[in-house]
Amino acid sequence: MPEKMNIVEAINAALHDELENDEDVLMYGEDVGEDGGVFRATKDLQEEFGEKRCFSSPLAESGIVGTAIGMSLYGKRPVPEIQFSGFSYLAFHQIKEHAARFRTRTRGTKEVPLTVRAPYGGGINALEHHCESPESYFAHAQGLHVVIPSNPQDAYSLLRKSIQLDDPVVFLEPKQTYRAFKEEVERDPDAAELESSKVIEEGKDVTLVAWGAMVPVAEEAAETIDADVEIIDLRTIYPTDFDTVIESVKKTGRCAIVHEAPKTGGFGAEIAARINEQAILHLEAPVERIAAPDVPYPLYSLEDYYMPDENQVKKGLENVLEF
Amino acid sequence: MMAANQVYEGAIKRIEVMAQDEESSLEKDQLHEIYRQMILARKFDEKAFKLQRRGEVSTYAPHKGQEASQIGAVFAMNDDDWMVPSFRETAAYIARGAPLDKLFQRWMGDARGQKDLENDLPVAIPVGTQNLHAVGIGMAMSFDEEEKAVVGFTGDGSTSEGDFHEALNFSGVFDAHSVIVVQNNQYAISMPVEKQTNAETIAQKALAYGIEGIQVDGNDVLAVIEAMNEALEKARNGEPVLLEAVTYRLEDHTTSDDSTRYRDEQEVEEWKEHDPILRLKDYLKENDQWDESLEEYEEKAEEKINEAANKAMEVEDPEMEEMFEYVYKEMPDLLKKDKKELEEVEK
Repeated sequence: MPEKMNIVEAINAALHDELENDEDVLMYGEDVGEDGGVFRATKDLQEEFGEKRCFSSPLAESGIVGTAIGMSLYGKRPVPEIQFSGFSYLAFHQIKEHAARFRTRTRGTKEVPLTVRAPYGGGINALEHHCESPESYFAHAQGLHVVIPSNPQDAYSLLRKSIQLDDPVVFLEPKQTYRAFKEEVERDPDAAELESSKVIEEGKDVTLVAWGAMVPVAEEAAETIDADVEIIDLRTIYPTDFDTVIESVKKTGRCAIVHEAPKTGGFGAEIAARINEQAILHLEAPVERIAAPDVPYPLYSLEDYYMPDENQVKKGLENVLEF
Repeated sequence: MMAANQVYEGAIKRIEVMAQDEESSLEKDQLHEIYRQMILARKFDEKAFKLQRRGEVSTYAPHKGQEASQIGAVFAMNDDDWMVPSFRETAAYIARGAPLDKLFQRWMGDARGQKDLENDLPVAIPVGTQNLHAVGIGMAMSFDEEEKAVVGFTGDGSTSEGDFHEALNFSGVFDAHSVIVVQNNQYAISMPVEKQTNAETIAQKALAYGIEGIQVDGNDVLAVIEAMNEALEKARNGEPVLLEAVTYRLEDHTTSDDSTRYRDEQEVEEWKEHDPILRLKDYLKENDQWDESLEEYEEKAEEKINEAANKAMEVEDPEMEEMFEYVYKEMPDLLKKDKKELEEVEK
C-alpha cells in the first residue's frame, strides 16, 4: 500500500525498514538518537530499535566515519549521519582515502558497506557552512557511489539500495525540499535503481539535466517556455549514467545542465565534456551550464542570487534554443 | 560523574620486567619462540633494506629496534583478535603469521601481497587515521558482547593528529574493545617527541578520555607482553587502553630518509645497548634459558628470508586489469569503458 510521504519521511521509512531488514544495520551521528537528528530523519528509530542500533555520537565527523569504516570491516552495515554536508570535509580523508579504497587495497578480500548520509544544498536561510553542494568532490573519489534523490520515492528506494550495497555510498539529501511536497511512496527498494538516471519529462527540443533540489526548479522553468523540454534527473552522480543523457542529447540536439554547486569543476562540467566526446555531431548549440557563481556560498541575505532559480534556468534554456 | 568541586587526579603506571630483575612466567619454549620471531623480523628488515638499495623495493620503512613492542604485543593476542597496523609493523605481521613472501611483495609495490589477511587490516600509510578503524572494530565487538579485542598500532607522531584523539574519545564513550599501542620510537621523521608534545608521557593522554593509560619499556619484550595481557583483559571487558611502548627506531624513518641530519650518533649508540634482541638474549642467558639452537637459528632465519624474498621477486607483475578489478564489487559500465580504452592503447 503506497503511503503519502515527503522526502525526509521517506528517508526515515527507508532507515526504519533497513533496520528491520538486516540486524547488522546501525546508524549514528550527532543528535541522531534521542533527538532523531536535527531534521528528524532518524525520528523514533532509537525508541523502536534500541540504543545499539541508533544512537548519538560525539561531535566529530572524522570519528563518526572512521569508526564506521572499522565497524563495516568487521561486518556491520553502518549508516552514519553527517549533520550538514558542509562539515563532511572533516571526514573527507576517511571517506576518500579509506572507505573508498579498502576493496582495492585488499584485492577484494575486505569491503566497506557504509552509507554516509548528509543533508546538502542551500535555500533554507541557514548559517555559513550549512548550504554546500559537495557532490563533485565525492564524485572525484574513485570507489564511492554518490547518490542524490530528488523525490520521496527515489529517496526511499535509493537509500535502501545504498544501504544494501557492499560498496561505500555518499548519500546527499536535498534539504531544501525535505518537506516541500508529498507523494505516494511504495515501500519497495526496487522502485529505483542506482547508477541509473531517469527521464522525468519527455521532450524533443532540448535536454535539461538536474539533480536534487534543482529538479523542481527545472520542472517549473520548463513549463514557462514555449519548447518541448526533456528533463533528466541524474539521481546517481557517480558512477554516472551518462548513456541516458547522451541518448537524449542525440534526440534533442541541445542540452542545459543545472546544479547548485559553483560552475568551475562542478559536475555539470563533466556531463558537458562527455556530451562533447560522445555526441558533438548531434549538437545544435553549445551545452549550457546554469550553476552557482565561483564565489563562496554567501550568508543568506544573498543566497537568492547565488542559487540557480526558475528565471536563470529559463534564460539558460532560451540561450540553448536560440543559439 | 565527579562533583563540581572535585579535581581529577589520574595516574598512569609503567611496566618493566627485565630492568627490575623480575622473572617472566612464560615457559622456556615460549621465550624461545619469541626470540626466534624477533630474529626473523630483524633478518627481514635487513633484507628489505638491501633489496631497496638494489632497486627491488622502492621505499621501505624499517622496524629495527622495535621488534619487542610489536612481537610482544602480538604474542599476547589471540588468533581471533584483530590487528590494525600502521606502516612500520612488519615485525607484527610476521608474528601474526603473514606469509613472508607476501610481505616482501607488498613492499615491492604489489597490493596482492596484502590480500587474505584474515583478522588483520592492511598497511595504513596516512598517519593516525587507522586508529579510528581500530576503535570502530572495538565498538562492534562491544555491541556484539564478544570476548575479543582489537590491537591498533600507531606512532608518536600520530598523537598530534585529530583522528588519534577522536579515536581515544570514541573508544571511551562506547566501551570499545580496543588497545591502541603507541610505539613511541622518539622521532616522527625528524621531529623528536619532546617537540611533538609538551606532555611528559604519551600514556597520560588516556586520562583526558577517561580510559586507562599504561607506559611500558618497549624494548623489554617481557614487559610488553605483561602490559598487553593486562590491556587485552581490560579491552575484552569493554575498557579500552592506551599503551605507550617506549622504544627507539635504530634506523632511518624510511630508506628515503637520512637520520644523521637530525640525531646524534652517540644517542643511537646508547639505544643500541638497549636493543630488544640483545636484552632478551641476555635475559635468557642470565636465567639459564639460553640454548645454542637459538644461535643456530640466525642462519635458518636468513635462509627463510632469502627464500621468501626470491619467491616474491619471481612473481610476475600484476596485469593491467588488476587496477580495475577491485574498485567496486561489480565493475560499473564507466570503468569497463575505461578499461577497454586502455587495453586498446596498450595492445
